[in-house]
Amino acid sequence: MPLTMPAPDQSVLARRDRIVAALRRIVPGEGVISAPEALRPYETDALTAYRQPPLVVVLPETTEQVSAILRWCHGEGVKVVPRGAGTSLSGGALPLADAVLLGLSRLNRILEVDYDDRIAVVQPGVTNLAVSQAVAEAGFHYAPDPSSQIACSIGGNVAENAGGVHCLKYGLTSNNVLGVELVTMEGEVLRLGGRQLDPAGLNLMGLVVGSEGMLGVVTEIILRILPRPETARAALIGFPSVEGAGQCVADVIAAGIIPAGMEMMDRPAIHAAEAFVQAGYPLDVEALLIVELDGPDVECAYLIEEVARIARRNGATLLRMARDEPERLAFWAGRKAAFPAVGRITPDYLCMDGTIPRRRLPDVLRRIAALSEDYGLGVVNVFHAGDGNLHPIILYDANQGQLERAEAFGQDILRLCVEVGGVLTGEHGVGVEKRDLMPEMFSEIDLAHQQRVKCAFDPELLLNPGKVFPTLHRCAELGRMHVHGGKLPFPDLPRF
Amino acid sequence: MLPVTVRDLADIVAETAAAGRRLEIRGGGSKAEIGALVRDAAILDLRAFAGVIDYDPAELVLTVGAGTPLAEVQALVAAERQMLAFEPFDHGPIFGRPAGAATIGGVVAAGVAGSNRLSMGAPRDHLLGFEAVSGRGEHFVAGGRVVKNVTGYDLPKLMAGSWGRLAAMTRLTLRLVPAGRTSATLILSGRSDAAAQAAMATAMRSTANVAAAAHLPAEVNAGRAVTAFRLHGFRPSVEARFAMLAGLLAAMGPVERLGEAEAGRLWRRLRDLSPLDDGQPLWRINVPPSGGCAVTSALAGQGARWLFDWAGGLVWLSFGGDAALVRRAAEAAGGHAMLVRAPAEHRALVPTLHPEAPGVAALSRRIRQAFDPAGVFETGRFPERPRAD
Repeated sequence: MPLTMPAPDQSVLARRDRIVAALRRIVPGEGVISAPEALRPYETDALTAYRQPPLVVVLPETTEQVSAILRWCHGEGVKVVPRGAGTSLSGGALPLADAVLLGLSRLNRILEVDYDDRIAVVQPGVTNLAVSQAVAEAGFHYAPDPSSQIACSIGGNVAENAGGVHCLKYGLTSNNVLGVELVTMEGEVLRLGGRQLDPAGLNLMGLVVGSEGMLGVVTEIILRILPRPETARAALIGFPSVEGAGQCVADVIAAGIIPAGMEMMDRPAIHAAEAFVQAGYPLDVEALLIVELDGPDVECAYLIEEVARIARRNGATLLRMARDEPERLAFWAGRKAAFPAVGRITPDYLCMDGTIPRRRLPDVLRRIAALSEDYGLGVVNVFHAGDGNLHPIILYDANQGQLERAEAFGQDILRLCVEVGGVLTGEHGVGVEKRDLMPEMFSEIDLAHQQRVKCAFDPELLLNPGKVFPTLHRCAELGRMHVHGGKLPFPDLPRF
Repeated sequence: MLPVTVRDLADIVAETAAAGRRLEIRGGGSKAEIGALVRDAAILDLRAFAGVIDYDPAELVLTVGAGTPLAEVQALVAAERQMLAFEPFDHGPIFGRPAGAATIGGVVAAGVAGSNRLSMGAPRDHLLGFEAVSGRGEHFVAGGRVVKNVTGYDLPKLMAGSWGRLAAMTRLTLRLVPAGRTSATLILSGRSDAAAQAAMATAMRSTANVAAAAHLPAEVNAGRAVTAFRLHGFRPSVEARFAMLAGLLAAMGPVERLGEAEAGRLWRRLRDLSPLDDGQPLWRINVPPSGGCAVTSALAGQGARWLFDWAGGLVWLSFGGDAALVRRAAEAAGGHAMLVRAPAEHRALVPTLHPEAPGVAALSRRIRQAFDPAGVFETGRFPERPRAD
């Protein structure tokens, strides 16, 4: 199934010089990039199978510039694709040939930290990790911690509603954002939410988080920060079967324990990680759990014993408690290096991101193994076991022409997730990657209700078009009761 | 009107919209006295959409009919030692009626959250998915039935707290959390509002993991100011954190631990707001925690009485004076004020929800029109501006 994107508007391509000149008037100096070779670094995000150089890149430094850019583009009917750090795994920041790529990397200041109100006010280009580092001295942290946290930006986290291994206990981005400053496609600057816990009226801020850059451009974010837990303790637990590990996860939750993180790896993932970082993982188990508890020393000491008891009851054949901080970090080193570890055993890989009800895990892993045989492609499973978020990693070789097969395999896995009561994406976003699978989860009526939200923010569909929705409907057409016919086609996008 | 199937419901909404008439969505009616009096809308009673649809305690997820009584949901999950983290409560007692009428759909639609909201989130943080009939008379689903989901726009975030202005929800999927195995309440006595505010900030900056923090000034608590802190969790952890918190606060005044029954009474009074049951209009003011005292000092000396929850970020205010003063004070502190309880003639003049900035109000209006183009749910209960007359 080739991916198609909105057809480039020839009249916009023809006006390129005029567009570049107008952007230069708004953002003087180095902030406008138009030389073809300089556009190259922006042609893809972390979903590197898809590439498309943008029309032009603009890197504003102020909200006023963002507003002026959007107002001008809106007036001229020019599309805009916003971009944070370019670490999206779903192609959320994939450029369009006829769209301005609006990079927020220069809006990179932490504007204010208030420990009495427990908030940090930051610009979108600040990296996720930089927020935690800025408040570390006062004993605070920003809880969501996507794996890409040294690189990914808060603006991108907001756009994608990013998660991380600790979101089981602390929630996703949307549970940790109180307010945003949003610039609409028309250039209007709005404040949604605030420093208080709840908005006055409709929760529009909640809609913006996770909207994949399609509703507006966020230029300031008010984040909740939390006192950093005193201690973190981790246990490494090996099982002779996936069922045993799955039951252990269920029993931990049933005992009223919400670990800070609870990760599972299957046999191929354990072997790949161990070969790569020598974390000391056992090679004779079928499933490995890392259970991390955080909080006061007393609580961690008490709960880690509870977890150990539950693990033994479920037939764990290996049970190791991290004795100190280096050992705890070693437990994580293998899991955190899972992707590069897999990169060593395969020329290319695709990382999937479905969520399932936890109880369905053994069944789903069995069916993924069967699909793997059918497709003749290997698969490695890492899994945020606590919240049911699967990351099957499909191994393939693009030079052998296996990309299409790998994508078809991935789509079957996501269909399976939906079939067992789960969803297409737990934390990576729909982007372009899962866009055409949306009808697996939502009817045309469901999608129309979502797309009318888009129309309320951006009726001309100029902001990040071609993402999330499998079919472009004109807003006027969506306004009518029935939404069949008159759909705009997407042309093919070249792939690499 | 009491539809029993989704199809009935969709037909009623579509026909009413086509006829240019209005519907007021209602569950148990426990919050019916919030908002301007609605004159010409038919009541759309959703209580037939009741009952548990799916509950597997090991998943910490519950799918339930929107019309299911809140008390039933709470009893169901409590039996599995779980709870709704946002601590929803029944508004009945605030209006002098017995508890028991509130439905789960009603508390989620109204964004009702108790003292735990400080640490554990609002309904919108725990509403994973829903099914509803929009103002277009169309049945649709949004979100999912798993804890971690970013597929499509996050409509559950919008629907929670939307007060029935977008769609009639028929089914909700909610995230649950384990109920704390033990809890403990520490109180600090005799603090002024500002000193209580400082104590609550100190507690929240610590690693005591405080679940709830509230302050009852002497004027509303039989002459004795009480600042209360609640801890939840496993016993050894609660004991250790209690000792740490007591040590931290001891320098600020006498500290004591409340017995279970007494603690239960105290936190219940913060839900039923009996300390403010004085016949004056009741306001709910949401500000940054450090702004709570600024709001109340602006209104002190004009007959206002109040108490604080959410470590100062929620002010419940009893005040018979000019509504504009309340709204100005809330805005000056960076927040907003909602009129919760007042005589009908007062509610006819003062919008219940805090007026929004023009750009935000316009966007909200476009969102409402997206779900409800004919305005079938625009009953006038939540006018955007004060009435001119």
